[in-house]
Amino acid sequence: MSSLVIIDSECANLSSIYKAARFVNLDPVISDNPKIISAAEAVIFPGVGSFAHAASLISRKKLTSSLLETITAGKPFLGICLGMQLLFSRSEETILSSGIETAEGLKAISGEVKRFPEGLPIPHVGWNKVDPAFGHPLFKGLDSGVNGGSYFYFTHSYYVQPEKNENILGRTEYGFPFTSAVIKKNLFGVQFHPEKSGPAGLRLLSNFGKIIADIKY
Amino acid sequence: MLAKRIIPCLDVRDGRVVKGTRFINLRDAGNPVERADFYNREGADEIVFLDITASVEKRRAIVDVVEKTAEVVFIPLTVGGGIDSVDFMQELLNSGADKVSLNTAALKDPGLIQAGAERFGSQCIVAAIDARRTEHSSTGGSHSWEVYSHGGRTPAGRDVVEWAKEVEKLGAGEILLTSMDADGTLDGYDTALLAVVSDAVGIPVIASGGAGKLEHLYEALTDGKAHAVLAASILHYGTYSIAEIKEYLSQKGLPVRPVQN
Repeated sequence: MSSLVIIDSECANLSSIYKAARFVNLDPVISDNPKIISAAEAVIFPGVGSFAHAASLISRKKLTSSLLETITAGKPFLGICLGMQLLFSRSEETILSSGIETAEGLKAISGEVKRFPEGLPIPHVGWNKVDPAFGHPLFKGLDSGVNGGSYFYFTHSYYVQPEKNENILGRTEYGFPFTSAVIKKNLFGVQFHPEKSGPAGLRLLSNFGKIIADIKY
Repeated sequence: MLAKRIIPCLDVRDGRVVKGTRFINLRDAGNPVERADFYNREGADEIVFLDITASVEKRRAIVDVVEKTAEVVFIPLTVGGGIDSVDFMQELLNSGADKVSLNTAALKDPGLIQAGAERFGSQCIVAAIDARRTEHSSTGGSHSWEVYSHGGRTPAGRDVVEWAKEVEKLGAGEILLTSMDADGTLDGYDTALLAVVSDAVGIPVIASGGAGKLEHLYEALTDGKAHAVLAASILHYGTYSIAEIKEYLSQKGLPVRPVQN
């Protein structure tokens, strides 16, 4: 039984996350089998594309309960990009694009997913700084404070807005400071792509690996 | 603040890097995986592979290049050249590409941009536009640029601003804009072209064609309002390293991601 499962959300960056995780000596398997996910010691939940599409995929594959089970059990869980947005209560995205009244997420963290306001180039594409809100093992060895944090690679049009400040793990400036990393116990979410963020991203993934190892023993 | 990106572009033919000027004097310049890794270590913010393989049968080679590069290079990889179907986009993305760049096939069938954006998301779709000044604009008067396809050989009969707006509406996430007049000259980017397109669309524009000096990169990112600069010759011939480029831009007050080791 493998300890780390990357959820097969059929997204384009699946292979990149797998390769980056392997590169930092993690030993992940890619799976969409609820049994394998429930038995995992830790989960990476990637996603790109549209919120509504991803949300319906998760429910069609019957992954909702095993994902929530993993989170509730306190197993290390890392949502990436849309995978982080799906942890939230709801998103504005579908209201705009498909006419569906509400787009519901997993509701593991209370808050909304909102579209960047008009006037900024959208999508927000490229390297931007992530300033950790407080010292945490996930950002160990990465910049914070005075120099505004380390650079990570972003590409997205929507951002998360947690209801509670205690869920904010990192912020990024794009016209205004938005939440680019979230936390709830061992549940983490990052809006950027650690698998495409060079040395800083690999460090974050390796830090996540360390968190898994520390919980195991 | 969002950093300005420096993006090396590697021309790849039959799985090997080639250097040349305007598609002539091509010569072998090594292994694309090693080259991409070299630029990655130097601090490149992304890598673009432009596949100029002539025959369809040899197209597999680029997939192999992407696959091997993605094992060791953890920054965004874009592949362009000859992509004419959603299936081929899927194959490239599965092998580790983050974005695909569409040019000739999108001019022939604009629905390809939409199909790609719907299936993979706008962040995966880069619209590559090659544009040349019209005769009218080069003899004075107001500037206008015409779009070309087939590697700059065929006029597409479209105005660059109109086409840029259309690709944005179809779902492209970025525009890679090459000035055919400036390409290979080392005399600087066509900043007027960059600015007119940047002003017309809300998506990021990547400047391409004409970089010869450090000032040129700065001009593209300021006067030209580009979000990123693509560079080939000045990097491949070792005129400047990416560290030198970033240090220069940083001294001029532009935000760049520092080179990490």
